[in-house]
Amino acid sequence: MDAQSSAVGTVAKTESATAVLLRFTPQPEHVRTARLVAVAHARRVGVEAGLLDEVRLAVGEACSRAVGLHQRHCPGEPVVVVLDAIDESGSGLVADRFVVTVADKVSGAVPAPRAGAGAGVAEGAEGEAVAESGPAAEVAEDEDEDLDDAEMGLAVLTGLVDDLDITSGPDGGSVRMGWPVKDF
Amino acid sequence: MDLKLETRDENGRTIVKVGGEIDVYTAPKLREQLVELVGAGKYHLIVDMEDVDFLDSTGLGVLVGGLKRVRAHDGSLRLVCTQERILKIFRITGLTKVFPISDSVEQAVTAVD
Repeated sequence: MDAQSSAVGTVAKTESATAVLLRFTPQPEHVRTARLVAVAHARRVGVEAGLLDEVRLAVGEACSRAVGLHQRHCPGEPVVVVLDAIDESGSGLVADRFVVTVADKVSGAVPAPRAGAGAGVAEGAEGEAVAESGPAAEVAEDEDEDLDDAEMGLAVLTGLVDDLDITSGPDGGSVRMGWPVKDF
Repeated sequence: MDLKLETRDENGRTIVKVGGEIDVYTAPKLREQLVELVGAGKYHLIVDMEDVDFLDSTGLGVLVGGLKRVRAHDGSLRLVCTQERILKIFRITGLTKVFPISDSVEQAVTAVD
């Protein structure tokens, strides 16, 4: 099995005959394309208009994360995205869930999210609001020039998407996100 | 979509008007602009985000980096943003407590940091 078919295989179990499959080289400019396709497909399958911004941001974050991982560890490997509407409830009638899976080929790449990421804000010693932990806490630290993008991305994802599953295995990891499809 | 950046000085502050999408592809351009301004001695910045269509965590990271840079010179970085979809990202990450956010540039230039 070559690298590309292996990457596709990582997410094949989520793929149906109606799925849209994206496979792109790990370049930042392709992330916007993935966002646009995700929103277009979400709209087509019936995701509520009020959730489309969330889909756009979440897919962008997951793809940015995968691109970053691949650029550091395996720049020759493609990032794979599968977008599908599935019958999660098993009704056998209609698809009720829009599911996006972004697969990477980097093993063991799930960082431990910092406790309280996106929350936990307290008054600093000088009366200035600073975070105790999470991305906001980085502002108070001087060691790093810029915030670690991957960690910030993970904080946004976990704070944004209720139906979120981030996994990592020996052949790579995946970010699976789901949103309801409205009843017709 | 390209990132559009315009800068001007007003009332002792430097206003950076940002338009378009700030993401993993375009954020380096904003970072470069902020670094350049701080390098030129502009330590009181206002980033006007009213024309920003999209912001992701990479953009947040750049803004946080800018804040750290100006604070190193006892400066300030204030945001102008009224768009709910953009503000939501700041809330999710707890950064509404870190960045002062104004409703308008007029309000931002007269604000006391």
